[in-house]
Amino acid sequence: MAILTAGGETPGVLASAPRLPKWMPWVFLVGSFVVSFLVLLAFSHPNVAGVVVLGVLIYAVAITITSQRVEGSRYAADRFATTLVVVAFGIALIPLVSLLWTVIARGLKVMSFDFLNTNMVGVFGQMTEGGIFHAIWGTILITAAATVISVPIGILTAVYLVEYGRGALARGVTFFVDVMTGIPSIVAGLFAFTLFTLVFGPAYRAGIMGAAALAVLMTPVVIRSVEEMLRLVPNELREASYALGVSKARTIFKVVLRTAVGGIVTGVMLAIARVIGETAPLLLTVGIVNETNWNLFEGRMTTLPVFAYRQYAQGGVGVDRAWGAALVLIVIVMVLNLLARLVSKYFAPKLER
Amino acid sequence: MTQLDPSLSGPQGTRTGAQERSSFSPAVSSSALEPGQSGQPGQSGQAGSWGGAPLGTTNQSGTQGGANQGGVAFGSRQRGKVASVFAARWFEFLSTAAGITILVVLAAVAGFLIYEAWPAITAAPEDLQKVIGANAGSLLGYIGPLVFGTLLSAIIALVVAVPLSVAIALFISHYSPRRLAGVIGYVIDLLAAIPSVVYGLWGALWLAPQLDPIFTWMTNSLGFIPLFAGYQAPAKNVLTASLVLAVMILPIVTAVTREIFLQTPRLHEEAALALGATRWELVRMTVLPFGRSGIVSASMLGLGRALGETMAVLMILSPGTMYSFFLLKPGQHQTIAANIAAKFPESSGLSVSALIATGLALFIITLLVNMGARWIVSRRAEFNGAN
Repeated sequence: MAILTAGGETPGVLASAPRLPKWMPWVFLVGSFVVSFLVLLAFSHPNVAGVVVLGVLIYAVAITITSQRVEGSRYAADRFATTLVVVAFGIALIPLVSLLWTVIARGLKVMSFDFLNTNMVGVFGQMTEGGIFHAIWGTILITAAATVISVPIGILTAVYLVEYGRGALARGVTFFVDVMTGIPSIVAGLFAFTLFTLVFGPAYRAGIMGAAALAVLMTPVVIRSVEEMLRLVPNELREASYALGVSKARTIFKVVLRTAVGGIVTGVMLAIARVIGETAPLLLTVGIVNETNWNLFEGRMTTLPVFAYRQYAQGGVGVDRAWGAALVLIVIVMVLNLLARLVSKYFAPKLER
Repeated sequence: MTQLDPSLSGPQGTRTGAQERSSFSPAVSSSALEPGQSGQPGQSGQAGSWGGAPLGTTNQSGTQGGANQGGVAFGSRQRGKVASVFAARWFEFLSTAAGITILVVLAAVAGFLIYEAWPAITAAPEDLQKVIGANAGSLLGYIGPLVFGTLLSAIIALVVAVPLSVAIALFISHYSPRRLAGVIGYVIDLLAAIPSVVYGLWGALWLAPQLDPIFTWMTNSLGFIPLFAGYQAPAKNVLTASLVLAVMILPIVTAVTREIFLQTPRLHEEAALALGATRWELVRMTVLPFGRSGIVSASMLGLGRALGETMAVLMILSPGTMYSFFLLKPGQHQTIAANIAAKFPESSGLSVSALIATGLALFIITLLVNMGARWIVSRRAEFNGAN
């Protein structure tokens, strides 16, 4: 890629063809925005979105036509494609920036110590009291239970696939892990609901139902990332261990898993970050309740995503609380992602190049 | 890439198998550790043949399996340590059992859904009409519009998201400076990490008001096309929901296509450059043909995700059950997942069964889509499309 990014012009055969100077596109860009601003000023009140959209359109047309005149159609197509690609990237940034901005701005309005430290007992109507203490703990407990279920199964399955598995069974497991990655979250919720209501009766509701649903969603993600990490462990390490007469199981425990531990921790944290925001399965199974429920095996629990949804659906003051819960949820997810990055950076296996 | 291998490994053909194995393992692991870089400049021959595949773990497994077999044979020669041999078998059984658990869980998901949906499938029409409404007629009449709404919203999302994703993937792989590419990849991954309920809030409370003037303009000036006719004020229609879905599937489609584009054989690119190609011609002649099946499978993975997405649709769409192509009218469409989430908490008895039957339909649809995607991926053995 070094050749490509070194400069716009292609060296060699076509060097003699006339090219636009390198600074020209930037001049065009600034000029387009100025023209766009003036045009909008003439017709109505210009706003940022209008100026940018019209400016980019003017730029795309102007640079393509100029390039066509000076450089010929091939370079014109190249410049047009470059504009399209960069614009597409800019469009992708709109949702990210606006989403983070909205959540932070509206979430901070309700954020306070009380909001984080009270539950919803005795809050009704348009009262502005009440908070998400119970939802935070519900989310932590249910996600922890899901992690406890899915991580051992996930790591063992990954070990099976990398170290032991061959033949039809291994191929089947690989294929169905891929298929399982695509299970809709609501179907996982229905599965957990039917499983537990068949065993414990139709009125049974408990946090563990939600944990089971999340575990169904989480296990394939854990398997995939752990599998990738185990495959990165160099074969020389395994062979060195076998050469010392160490058994296969001990090699896996002491050499393979230990070398890959940073990557495994990273993968598990990313998997947690992915399921902690799941709403639909928890809506079906765990529901929502006003007081703090510490017992995973009895009664409904409140989780942050379901809380955010219900408060939004309720409207009024609830919408503010929904944004507050969304902010806390995003902070948790981002912290998990950041920690995962740090872990993978500092505990990466030291491999020789 | 497999077609290229014979010509590339020509000078290496004299090597023994063992040499080749030991030389290739570090090259793969070092390149796979840094997904942003395809191949290393120093070893272009190897990078072209082996190391250019950051996710290419499938072609690696065959060789590793062989090496492991050697290890097992070697370990079993040490018959003296009965205990450790037993420990080895014990651990193998445990991990195999974990693998089988996955298959059992998947079978259980299907089994339980069928079991619980059975009462609705076999119920008498008059009983069923009490829970699903008289105008639906039969269970298929109930599921039909929901399937239509699900497919419609997912396909619109796909139409919006795939061109954008391909362009972003191209930007990361072939346009942006390499230093920036890593940061951008991280930013796109952040989009994937945001919970769906937050997307729902954002879509309903921020995006919908922003879209209102655009939709008003569309229905006024393009209203002669039935697709855009009849917009009504709060933008709680299927197009808004689909746009949010498009944002949600953008990261996965981008990630998969980016990996494919980074695997474009370097020799192809250099050949195109040597012929004097501009960057766009390089992309059109080497990157896109090489990545075509990857784009298709990435789209299908995105489709699978859009089909099953619940919260964004539930929070944005004003529901209705019709076969309708009025994208801007509220109260026309509903998706299976959102319908279940909306009605399930208040349901009991036969209506639960009916909802689970729709869930079964969703499960089958996503299963087919995902299996199709995996099948396309597996036809290209050198590409591993996981995650």
